Amino acid sequence: MATLSVPASRLGADRLLRSRALGKLLLLALFAAVLAPWAAARWPGAAWPHALTVDLSGPLASASDWVVDNRDSHPLFLYFFGYVSNAVVLCVRAVYLTLLAAGWAGVTVFGALVAWRVAGVRLAAGTAAAFLACGALGMWVPTMQTLALMVVAVLASLALGMLLGLAAGLSDRLDRALRPVLDTMQVLPAFAYLLPVVLVFGIGVPAAVLATVVYAAPPMARLTSLGLRAADPGVMEAVASLGATFRQRLLTARLPLARKEIMLGVNQTIMMALSMAVIASMIGAGGLGDRVYQALASVDVGAALAAGIPIVLLAVVLDRVTAAVGERLGEGAEAAPGRTAARRAVLAAVLAAVVLLGRLTGALTWPGGWVADIAAPVNTAKDWMVDHLYSGVPVVGGTADWAAHFTTWVLDPIRDGLQGLPWWALLLVVAAVAWLIGTWRTALTATLAMAAIGVLGVWKPSLDTLSQVLAAVAVTLVIGFGAAVAAARSARCERMLRPVLDVCQTMPQFVYLIPVVALFGVGRAPAAAAAVVYALPAVIRIVGQGLRQVDPGALEAARSLGATGAQQLWQVQLPLARRALLLAVNQCVVLVLAVVVVGGLVGGGALGYNVVFGLAQGDLATGLVAGAAIVCLGLMLDRVTQPVERHVRKGA
Amino acid sequence: MRFRTTALVAAVAALGLTAGCGAADMTKQASPFANARGSKTVTLSVQSWVGAQSNVAVAQYVLEHELGYRVDTVQVDEVPAWDALSQGRVDALLEDWGHPDQEKRYVADKKTITDAGELGVTGHIGWFVPTYLAKRHPDITDWRNLDKYASLFRTAESGGKGQLMDGSPSYVTNDKALVANLKLDYQVVFAGSEAAQITQMKQFAKDEKPFLTYWYTPQWLSKKVPMTEVRLPPYKEGCDADPAKVACAYPHTPLKKFLNADFAKSGGKAAAFLKKFRWTTEDQNEVSLMIADQRMSPQDAARTWVRGHPEVWKRWLS
Repeated sequence: MATLSVPASRLGADRLLRSRALGKLLLLALFAAVLAPWAAARWPGAAWPHALTVDLSGPLASASDWVVDNRDSHPLFLYFFGYVSNAVVLCVRAVYLTLLAAGWAGVTVFGALVAWRVAGVRLAAGTAAAFLACGALGMWVPTMQTLALMVVAVLASLALGMLLGLAAGLSDRLDRALRPVLDTMQVLPAFAYLLPVVLVFGIGVPAAVLATVVYAAPPMARLTSLGLRAADPGVMEAVASLGATFRQRLLTARLPLARKEIMLGVNQTIMMALSMAVIASMIGAGGLGDRVYQALASVDVGAALAAGIPIVLLAVVLDRVTAAVGERLGEGAEAAPGRTAARRAVLAAVLAAVVLLGRLTGALTWPGGWVADIAAPVNTAKDWMVDHLYSGVPVVGGTADWAAHFTTWVLDPIRDGLQGLPWWALLLVVAAVAWLIGTWRTALTATLAMAAIGVLGVWKPSLDTLSQVLAAVAVTLVIGFGAAVAAARSARCERMLRPVLDVCQTMPQFVYLIPVVALFGVGRAPAAAAAVVYALPAVIRIVGQGLRQVDPGALEAARSLGATGAQQLWQVQLPLARRALLLAVNQCVVLVLAVVVVGGLVGGGALGYNVVFGLAQGDLATGLVAGAAIVCLGLMLDRVTQPVERHVRKGA
Repeated sequence: MRFRTTALVAAVAALGLTAGCGAADMTKQASPFANARGSKTVTLSVQSWVGAQSNVAVAQYVLEHELGYRVDTVQVDEVPAWDALSQGRVDALLEDWGHPDQEKRYVADKKTITDAGELGVTGHIGWFVPTYLAKRHPDITDWRNLDKYASLFRTAESGGKGQLMDGSPSYVTNDKALVANLKLDYQVVFAGSEAAQITQMKQFAKDEKPFLTYWYTPQWLSKKVPMTEVRLPPYKEGCDADPAKVACAYPHTPLKKFLNADFAKSGGKAAAFLKKFRWTTEDQNEVSLMIADQRMSPQDAARTWVRGHPEVWKRWLS
């Protein structure tokens, strides 16, 4: 962060700002001078004092036992959760059976036709190719399972998000109440949502679907509310003056005006649901995620890739198709109604013919002979890499050596430094950084969140996780800023980067673990590496946008004054793009945390490991406490890096 | 979308009709993916170690090719598998390493899980060193001498102490308590998964480097990297009753199978077959070696084994 604030203050124009920052620091120093000696004397030692912790594992363990013992008899479960669970199972099953009944040809043709109608021929071909690839990889049934789960979860998320969005969009009071909650929910890692649902529903599909709904609904709610609130007042005035009732105004003016935002919400919700549906395989979602999870457990990179590719294909297709719908809605182009109806009839006929043909020929399941086994060649290639790149490569060293060096030279010092710092000093640092970047409100939230981690009694593992986050963030920012500057200065570079970024941003977090396990083995370094790869696209994109939006007049002026390229960059572009840079840091921190905790699956240790351990040993108390600490850490990191004004963020 | 929406509406309507009155017991729900399109489905839980994969692969092959079932497998660790088993979300757990708490709760008290007999394999957990190291330092195989050699086992992650390598967080282990109660100068380091542990062990063995690890038999790797057990204070009945105070070795555990109680009653041929499923350590190791060492897919390994040993699996069907 130092690299960011220095050029900003160097400008000199905001001397006022600097003096205010100085004032804040002085106030904090005063505060520290009074409280720190007292705290240090009362509770000596660097770690969070044991006297200030609350042990939740006892009550949580008995709560979990109570749930298991009363699940089949207590009215709360019989008359409420039981129905929820039943409804989920029935819906998923209905969709799954429909997909199976349509057969592989039917589903492929249906997908291609929908894509063609809403997004054109190229996407239709892409969709068909994606479905066929899923089958060819031998993943047809898992793909359908994931798809069935997704359809139910997405529809439920959209309904819930729409409802909340309508409420927040129409009522100011509800908006004030909901916004902080939704804001916070969007920055929390998917991993933290797993345990509470397991506590109530047990391992299985209902828990997986509900966790997905909770994770995926907020963007829909936020964007719906945003769209409703942004309605052109002139239009609203006109509609009102025509004597429209409240309902008419809502249905004929406000909602149609907000359709672009709503469609963006649908897109976001689908992407987040897919990402979660895959992670939820840890709590029994089945399908593609389960295959990746099984393969990761045995470090079988080939099998993990065979299941990971369909996930990526599904993500890219869904993203492109929904984005295309959004663009079409934005343009407001509508075909003539008569032609549409005729076309629809033809399409339905084509679909019915394909499904019937499939049924008659008995070719509903993907033919076994058409499966290409990519696991074996991939594993051969991986073994070759392990033998040749893993260690002992002359001059540059092998990937395992890099991982070991990263662990001993970067991760270990940061972790030891954080754990060696007295707890009150760490709280002060958090408060100072948050206050300098944001407001006293964000600083207070951040400090309280950090303190809550201590109170939960997981201070040490949380600092371990924090050290991984900081190291990964630093690496991401260095690479990301470099790539973004290159992209912003050369159009060719940007053209080459864009498709890569597009694909990277749509991939679920789980998939990133596969290549890093192959390259770096197991431990904290691969977890950090996966986080870097995951967060990089967002950073490059935001920084690049910020640099490109810099007022060309200012650049022209600098150039005419004879500034060199480096001077233009450091003294004009970067300071003027300060807001975008801060937003990039904020995004980076949030995204990195999300993956670092998933890294618990590949030996990342710390909080992520505690969650995995809690799930694996049925020790929900450990897992829930770690989950809560992840939530606090996410809250703290978000608030610390939060620029004064909030932006709508692109979900993970 | 309309296609699916209609199906959903129909499903919700059906739900409303069937569930309009009475209670909904969420502990009696099958997986939504089970019994699709009139096929009979068995859902088996798989644990992450290769031995468990071998059991499931062979059971799956026989169920699919001899009995005409469709088999779904779900990766669940042992303890959550007990819970999933009790709720009927999986039908069978084929290799359990002894979970007395869960057995009391679900088999004796709630009667939602049925004991399905022994797998035929006896498992044993312990601390092991590679045999090449035991030959170099014969007295290393007694726990009392471990402190003397702690410096041999030091690594970046163990921080000044000797490293005792553990594998997956889901396995049965008392190692942290053991290290504390025997007052050893060691640090337990979890590799995160068994696969990671095996990768590490193979790398150590390639250079004949010393290592101390949590390990168990039967294990296919013992054929590749011969291991020697370190003697801990002997196991006595009940010495591991309090997990925090354990100071004795691990027992020899006859591995057991468990079935969901409803499935055991009404599961027909599949349930009868899974109850009779019983093989030897050698059989299991043969399949495990094919999967883990020769990199065959579990299906192929199961097919090879089934073709070679009709006398064993024919007994399970009679």
